[in-house]
Amino acid sequence: MSVPLLEVNDLKKHFTVRSGLLGAGAATVRAVDGVSFTVAKGETLALVGESGCGKSTVGRCILRLIDVTAGQVVLDGQRIDGLSVGALRPLRRRVQVVFQDPFSSLNPRLKVRDILAEPMRNFGLAKSRADLQGRIERLMEMVRLPRDALGRWPHEFSGGQRQRIGIARALATEPDLIVCDEAVSALDVSVKAQIVNLLRDLQRELGLALLFISHDLAIVEHMTHRVAVMYLGKIVELGPKRQIFAAPRHPYTEALLSAVPVPDPGASRQRIILKGDVPSPINPPSGCRFHTRCPYAFDRCRIEEPELRPTAGGHYAACHLPEGASGLHSDSLSPLAGRALG
Amino acid sequence: MALLEVENLQTHFRTPDGVNRAVDGVSFQLEQGETLAVVGESGCGKSVTANSILRLVPEPPGRIAGAIRFQGTDLLKLPERAMRRVRGNDISMIFQEPMTSLNPVLTVGRQLRETLSQHERLSRRDADDKAIEMLRVVGIPEARRRLGEYPHQLSGGMRQRVMIAIALSCRPKVLIADEPTTALDVTIQAQILDLMRDLKTKIGAAIILITHDLGIVAEVAERVMVMYAGRTVEEAPVAELYRSPRHPYTQGLFGAVPRLGSSLIDGESRLAEIPGVVPSLKQRIPGCVFASRCALATDLCRQVAPGLETKAPGHRAACHLAPREASAA
Repeated sequence: MSVPLLEVNDLKKHFTVRSGLLGAGAATVRAVDGVSFTVAKGETLALVGESGCGKSTVGRCILRLIDVTAGQVVLDGQRIDGLSVGALRPLRRRVQVVFQDPFSSLNPRLKVRDILAEPMRNFGLAKSRADLQGRIERLMEMVRLPRDALGRWPHEFSGGQRQRIGIARALATEPDLIVCDEAVSALDVSVKAQIVNLLRDLQRELGLALLFISHDLAIVEHMTHRVAVMYLGKIVELGPKRQIFAAPRHPYTEALLSAVPVPDPGASRQRIILKGDVPSPINPPSGCRFHTRCPYAFDRCRIEEPELRPTAGGHYAACHLPEGASGLHSDSLSPLAGRALG
Repeated sequence: MALLEVENLQTHFRTPDGVNRAVDGVSFQLEQGETLAVVGESGCGKSVTANSILRLVPEPPGRIAGAIRFQGTDLLKLPERAMRRVRGNDISMIFQEPMTSLNPVLTVGRQLRETLSQHERLSRRDADDKAIEMLRVVGIPEARRRLGEYPHQLSGGMRQRVMIAIALSCRPKVLIADEPTTALDVTIQAQILDLMRDLKTKIGAAIILITHDLGIVAEVAERVMVMYAGRTVEEAPVAELYRSPRHPYTQGLFGAVPRLGSSLIDGESRLAEIPGVVPSLKQRIPGCVFASRCALATDLCRQVAPGLETKAPGHRAACHLAPREASAA
């Protein structure tokens, strides 16, 4: 097997927070607590989960926007988690990011032309002024924005157009991997569809790998090849899209899928409503972190933490439930089964 | 007589560079105990419509015209004092962001008691008992202890439950919910939607649910009004609308929504896009507001604004081109 473009091994990121009166006590937030996955060249891996599960922190560790606590981040065979800022610089060209909020992620004092030129100047990519101009124009074509937009300021654009500018900026350095951190979550339905289609087209044209961080499962299903589901700093399930959406192996994935409202008034679905809230990552539950909300939890779940184990065909799940138990894995009870057939 | 009747509502805002016609001629009716969803994208005027009903729009710069009749009384003609009795008592509202709509320096109990005592004469102890009862109704465990807690001590889902408890504490006849679950995670959203369905049958309030999520509409609403650029473009019972949307904007919206499980059936499909952007509301649009993005638009569409016409029983759409069923004369 060839070397994956990105390999993350047992990544941990802990934050120290002050607690108690006047910050007398210190506590550790285990935002990411041992996460491993790979992303192949040209592949999309979606990282899904609810707020606070650590999915964005994983993205920021890979981008080295924050330092990792432990574990490895390997880009194309080279470890980047411990590199100095100087040594990291040439590698930054290869991993870019598109953020959620198109209003705060563009410098309001730069015109679009300069927003796109800056990364290319930083990495010395353009050989001449004419080359730079040509590259900028090509970027605008790629994200389907008119050329005359180059002379305008970010505030003159709508949210969807700004997100196109953000994507063009990410593409400016000809990266191998783009981390999309909730890149379409702030957009309206009709605009979201435009950007989702654009990202898919660009990926195919340019052979990009995407790490698509999102809480929106319907969008993820449209975008991705594989899915990793996170809960409280851990990956609980990882697998090819079809398997995750058609036959989830982890009760959390199953509940997450069943909680998504479906735009079909006639649909009758079995809905699993989880009780309670996500526990605090400062003091995660013993054993399986999901056991406090899991409808199928039994004694072993409270004591022993399940490992992420392969089931079949590149599908991994961290759950003690034996396959076929609890009706979880029989297709007839899968949250999507009724609809997929009906 | 409908419980609430909104007729030709126009809410305009004076801005330095012209009048913003945020809501420009919206009419609808709400029957007793019914759930009406108002859907549309940001800036379509759905929240301004809701705020106008409760007269929460600051005047100036805002100006509300038209009629909003609640049980026959035009709320726009009421003096402010009388309007205060309507708010919370007859019509109440829950907002999107429970952190900013609860007062951070008052306890949950104090905020619940405040609403109760505004509208009913209650002793402190009775108010406390009623507050605890309301917290239990919305599924908050250890209600008595929660009374002494502050909003920051609660999770997002719990805060929204408190908001719902406050909104329902005076048994309003109409509950306006403005994106009540948008700030919440899906599993918590499922809890809150479940709670709202449950409470609706218990309390019997009519609900105006404002949302951009067509999935939520399908699960909760009985009737739907689709808004675009300040106007109503379509209105129908939920099943009818999802089965046969008549307005090109509604059709576009449905095509643009990714459906969970769709890739399992038809493999790799592209999402339909609605090209272009929403027009500026600062210029008067003589024709159909959607004409600039509509693939079917004709000269008629660009020049004459279509009225909201009945196209099928109970189904109205503002489109010159949408076919009309013979039975809907």
